[in-house]
Amino acid sequence: MPAGGGWAAMFPDEVWEHVFSFLAADGDRNAVSLVCRGWYHIERRSRRRIFVGNCYAIAPTVAVRRFPNVRVVSIKGKPHFADFNLVPSDWGGHADAWVAAMAEGWPLLEELHLKRMVVTDECLELLARSFKNFRVLALSFCEGVSTAGLAAIAANCRNLRELDLQETVVEENCVHWLSHFPESSTSLVNLSIASLEEDVNIAVLEHLVSRCTNLKTLKLNYAVPLDRLVNLLCRAPQLANLGTGRFTAEYRPELFSKLESAFASCKSMKSLSGICEAVPEYLPAIYPICDGLTSLNLCDAPVNGASLTKLVSRCKNLQRLWVMDVIEDDGLAAVASSCKLLQELRVFPCDPYGADPVSLTEHGLVTVSTGCPMLQSVLYFCRQMTNDALFAVARSSPNLTCFRLCIIDPHTPDYVTLEPLDAGFSAIVESCKDLRRLSVSGLLTNNVFRSIGASADCLEMLSIAFAGDSDAGLHYILSGCKSLRKLEIRDCPFGDKALLANAAKLETMRSLWMSSCFVSLGACRLLAQKMPLLNVEVMDEKKRGGSWDSQPDDCLVEKLYVYRTVAGQRSDTPPCVWTV
Amino acid sequence: MGRGPAERQGDRVEMSTTLEKERSLTELEADYEETALTLGLPGGSRAGGWDQQERKRGFSETVHLSDGSSGIEPRGGGDLGDESPDCAASGAGGPRASKARVVGWPPVRSYRKNALRGCTYVKVAVDGAPYLRKVDLEIYSGYHQLLTALQEMFSCFTIRDRRLVDPVKGTDYIPTYEDKDGDWMLVGDVPWKMFVASCKRLRLMNIAPRAPR
Repeated sequence: MPAGGGWAAMFPDEVWEHVFSFLAADGDRNAVSLVCRGWYHIERRSRRRIFVGNCYAIAPTVAVRRFPNVRVVSIKGKPHFADFNLVPSDWGGHADAWVAAMAEGWPLLEELHLKRMVVTDECLELLARSFKNFRVLALSFCEGVSTAGLAAIAANCRNLRELDLQETVVEENCVHWLSHFPESSTSLVNLSIASLEEDVNIAVLEHLVSRCTNLKTLKLNYAVPLDRLVNLLCRAPQLANLGTGRFTAEYRPELFSKLESAFASCKSMKSLSGICEAVPEYLPAIYPICDGLTSLNLCDAPVNGASLTKLVSRCKNLQRLWVMDVIEDDGLAAVASSCKLLQELRVFPCDPYGADPVSLTEHGLVTVSTGCPMLQSVLYFCRQMTNDALFAVARSSPNLTCFRLCIIDPHTPDYVTLEPLDAGFSAIVESCKDLRRLSVSGLLTNNVFRSIGASADCLEMLSIAFAGDSDAGLHYILSGCKSLRKLEIRDCPFGDKALLANAAKLETMRSLWMSSCFVSLGACRLLAQKMPLLNVEVMDEKKRGGSWDSQPDDCLVEKLYVYRTVAGQRSDTPPCVWTV
Repeated sequence: MGRGPAERQGDRVEMSTTLEKERSLTELEADYEETALTLGLPGGSRAGGWDQQERKRGFSETVHLSDGSSGIEPRGGGDLGDESPDCAASGAGGPRASKARVVGWPPVRSYRKNALRGCTYVKVAVDGAPYLRKVDLEIYSGYHQLLTALQEMFSCFTIRDRRLVDPVKGTDYIPTYEDKDGDWMLVGDVPWKMFVASCKRLRLMNIAPRAPR
């Protein structure tokens, strides 16, 4: 082996590039780039996809310069808790700087995936002008664009394959944006516009769907009525992923049978969502595709449990089910006996703030866990839980990779024994060795955090709310959890000591969010001082415009967001955010 | 349960020494347990459920209405910004008529208001009253909130068992509603969202006076 890094020259660069092309995982490519300077350069020039988990972790120009030949980029902006209105609305996550840098440095860019970012029409217009081969635009949980920006994309991106606006808020000022897809445009494979609230021109949509013969994914918005759905399905029987618009209408037998035939002609349908406000009378029209469905999202269908049960029982090949708690324990029992291939279950509360009882309890969860041996991912909202139920889940589903339990009332104990749920969650982390994501809830003491810290070796993301007794809880987490990348905490009695004692850990993680805890400004100052590679952001929406410098050390910080970065302080903080 | 200046001062000193010294895990653990800030009243055991008196932070600090300016409405009906006053921070202490809301909890993604479209104002008729009222069903998040609002609107009532009772006259008023099919139904049978979607008008139906207790 030649000494001193010269061994990269043993083979031409192209050979190494070819070897590296088999490394799909970013981590592996990162490791390769550390071996020697030669490999660093070969790797960086051949990297085609990058994932930026925190848009502020690196400056856009630096990323673009290091990897000049990127074709696919994913960037995430706001912290996860922004979904629940905990992050100030003007916090940041702007895509402008990124799009500008990419327009300069990546003219061959093909795909842009943004999540929780603020995107503007100017971004979209620049995008549409700058990238000749642009194919995929996926904006999920974003905001700031309007349909005028979408029109620019439609008009200018000649080979657009995917336009996916999952959960993105769009200001609807340009009614005819869909018409901006030229007649010659036939390349669409994915059109997902479920988040649009206003009407779209359905005739234009029908024509677009007709000419895009490769269309595989079509997710409509509420504004598309049931009868027009029939026309669209007839024009696109090749669809694999469908999101319907509203699934409610007065019952008319001929509409029902047309709908049923339309579904019957979709032989490739694998995934179904939408079904907004479904009425029981029309649900049976879906039956023809049930057998082939692998994914079913009924979160917009607050139909009674019996109707849901009948539908779900026919979906023998279901791998993913998202449903509301109106399905009740009985419905979940039917899922457990019918859907043996189920891997992912999410149960959302139909009426999260209401006090009305719903017959969805811990039993539903246990039944699915015992009945579905391939269960890997659970998100479950309920109002009561017991340690025994959690023991049962731990026993029956040791392969869980994601377990998120949300007991709706904070501090709810085991309702039978009135004890904390420490033992139950401990059993989960001890049994599920591959657990990567965990959300805990209910009455919890520091003990559960001791278990999590000690046992959850693969855990990458942890969400904690209204739990713990003292700083020791946070300390257990930060001093354990070897693989922890994201930690988000709200309303817990965690404070300065644990944070400062584990400052070094924070540099091994992507980010830490703490709100309504007991962290003082003084601790934040110390942390920022000690760890120059961390941005320590404090936020308080009441303190707009006031000077943070003059605040005393002992004042409590309402919201804290700490993330590692090589980009230094960001320059776009709003008045309510201060990088300490 | 506030922490006095002396304690905070002590903490500041401790903070800086913590950074310098190497502490063993058990030492740190012992420290934390000693100075643990526990929730709950001294000597009291923690009962289940959400009790605002046990919260260390002032309740009004944590509970605040979103300004709703983003136009994104919380799932489950009702805009946090428009909710009826009894859901606002009501301060610690005292029984509350309805569960107070905490921002961002439960962690359901804000959904668009269009989940329940159309005009959700319905007429409310009370047997024996000279004129009708109108309520917007969408701003309530559940039956209890609706009954509370009706109670306030027709101020002679109190709520008892999902009925509205006029204690003076001793009469019960059963809340009923006319659904899309024109049938008169008892309020409360179906999930709230289904009710809002199908309710066309409300009627508080008068039944025979109660026998004296």
